[in-house]
Amino acid sequence: MNTIHYVLIALFGAYFVMRFLIPTSVFPRKIKVSRAYLAAIFLILAAALVITPFVWLVCNVFKDQSVLMKYSFLPPISEWSSQTLNFTNFTKLFQGEESPQGTVYFWQYIINSIFLACAGTSISLFLTSLSGYALAKYKFKGRGFLIFFMAGSMMFPAMLFLAPLYQIIYKIHWMDSYLSLLIPNACAVFGIFLFRQAMQGVPNSLVEAARMDGASEFRIYWNVMMPLVRPMTGAYCLITFLGNWNNFLSPQLYIQTHAKLTLPVILNQYLGLYLNEYGVFLAGTLLAIIPPAILFFALQKEFVAGLTTGATKG
Amino acid sequence: MSNSKTFRGVNYHPYAPWLFLTPYIIIALTFFLYPLIYAGWLSFHQTDGPHSAVFVGLDNFKFIFSDPSFYKALKNTTIYAIASICIQLPLSLGLAILLNNSQSKLKNLFRLLIFSPNLVGQIFVGVLFSVIFTPRYGIFNIGIEKLIHWGLDTQWLSKPGLIMPALIIVSLWMYVGYNMIYFLAALQTVDKQLVEAAQIDGASPWQVFLHVTLPQIRPVAVFVVIMSTIGSYQLFELPFALLKSSFGVDQAGLTIVGYLYDNAFNSGDLGTGAAIGWILAFIIFVISIIQLRATNSPEDK
Repeated sequence: MNTIHYVLIALFGAYFVMRFLIPTSVFPRKIKVSRAYLAAIFLILAAALVITPFVWLVCNVFKDQSVLMKYSFLPPISEWSSQTLNFTNFTKLFQGEESPQGTVYFWQYIINSIFLACAGTSISLFLTSLSGYALAKYKFKGRGFLIFFMAGSMMFPAMLFLAPLYQIIYKIHWMDSYLSLLIPNACAVFGIFLFRQAMQGVPNSLVEAARMDGASEFRIYWNVMMPLVRPMTGAYCLITFLGNWNNFLSPQLYIQTHAKLTLPVILNQYLGLYLNEYGVFLAGTLLAIIPPAILFFALQKEFVAGLTTGATKG
Repeated sequence: MSNSKTFRGVNYHPYAPWLFLTPYIIIALTFFLYPLIYAGWLSFHQTDGPHSAVFVGLDNFKFIFSDPSFYKALKNTTIYAIASICIQLPLSLGLAILLNNSQSKLKNLFRLLIFSPNLVGQIFVGVLFSVIFTPRYGIFNIGIEKLIHWGLDTQWLSKPGLIMPALIIVSLWMYVGYNMIYFLAALQTVDKQLVEAAQIDGASPWQVFLHVTLPQIRPVAVFVVIMSTIGSYQLFELPFALLKSSFGVDQAGLTIVGYLYDNAFNSGDLGTGAAIGWILAFIIFVISIIQLRATNSPEDK
């Protein structure tokens, strides 16, 4: 018997006492209250289980190698000192490593990842919203076919393209170039449909009014349409940013120069490199989780809305 | 102005939409349609890296279907997909129902916390969990030990029989919140009056769920089941990071995409890689059709 057992017994015991031992005459709403109580316990347990790995991660990156195995989370407060808790893992992480192209510092991978995620998101946001606008607000011959083609293209799993794309990237000399990471995924059909759906909701009269005022077609898209679909823009940016940030396969396959690598690729390599110094690559992992987490908590409302639009309508 | 088109009486240039769609069309032709056709061509050729290609007819497919590793990959991936649907989705739905019924102000916080692992890419999750599963030290082993007095020294990632359970546990952690968001969105569209009417008629919570809630969230449930299956069959990064490029002892964590990667990029045979890609696409296609058929509501037939 240990603390975990006592806590669980206390939590569920309280439920059984409330539900079965207290007579209804004493506590008329007992069934409703006990149900809500049980639901709360399950939710708290689920949330606790889900965040435990994160808490554990944060605790472990600051622990010195000497106490790493001694305590699962943090050492007791009485033992806190620069001997047990320090930034050694980060110093080691940032000290730089030799590569065929010279010393590379961890900063470089962070900058690469941030650059690629931001550039990829901007390009993708521009191109998908432009296509979405064309499909939402114009009537033209071939529109039906294009939409059919796009929907059809979503049926093929991405992994089917792994081998042929590799050969194509090689043939057009995009190996080791960031173009190979930015361009092939820049026009995600999912994004085009997301923007098409959002822009269809904007009344035509707004577009016509702008057109009568002499605005060019591009200006209508940029100055009238885009500000009106801002919630969707936020959601799409976050989804694309996360996709780019976490993208592992493309840089793993296409990028050879060490100094051009991104965080997922390098952390996967560190896993083999720092075999017994967990703290070092855990510190890298923590740094890799922070940027998307900040973005997510800033944009979480839009994100959830954007994620579920396609699923709940129709 | 013969060169302009009208839409409700206002002129605009007929090429405007085409101009806006040009980037998509170029990218789709180069990086979707061409590779798609090329994948077909490639699957009948043997290559050595991206340099050479020799026509070999159906040899790639013959090789794959006689390779025990392929069947191992197929088995592992199918186990993973079934576990995703049978363990993860009911849990997601359960959590979604608990959250939906909760009147607490902390509801939003719980939703965020349970969803949060999804922000972390599979590679980062793999790196994190390769330490979490460490015998004696990893928090998973310690937690299990504290709870049931077993498992402190269990080598989750080096015992063939435990590799798939470990993968399923990690994916449970990662995706339970993701699917929960979809179920939660669906539950919010359920007609509350119907639920209340059923409750007044004396239906138990279980009956209300089965006969009132479930039929109304069916379209989303079908969508989630199919998306989970498609995602499960494309599992790659998680075992790649957790188990390294050997995919564990005895290839116990080999997935179809892992098998594809191994053939195409470790052995350098893009032709076989393309052939496996087609087989994977075919499997996903057939399973999606079966699922759509099986979940068709009686009214649709």
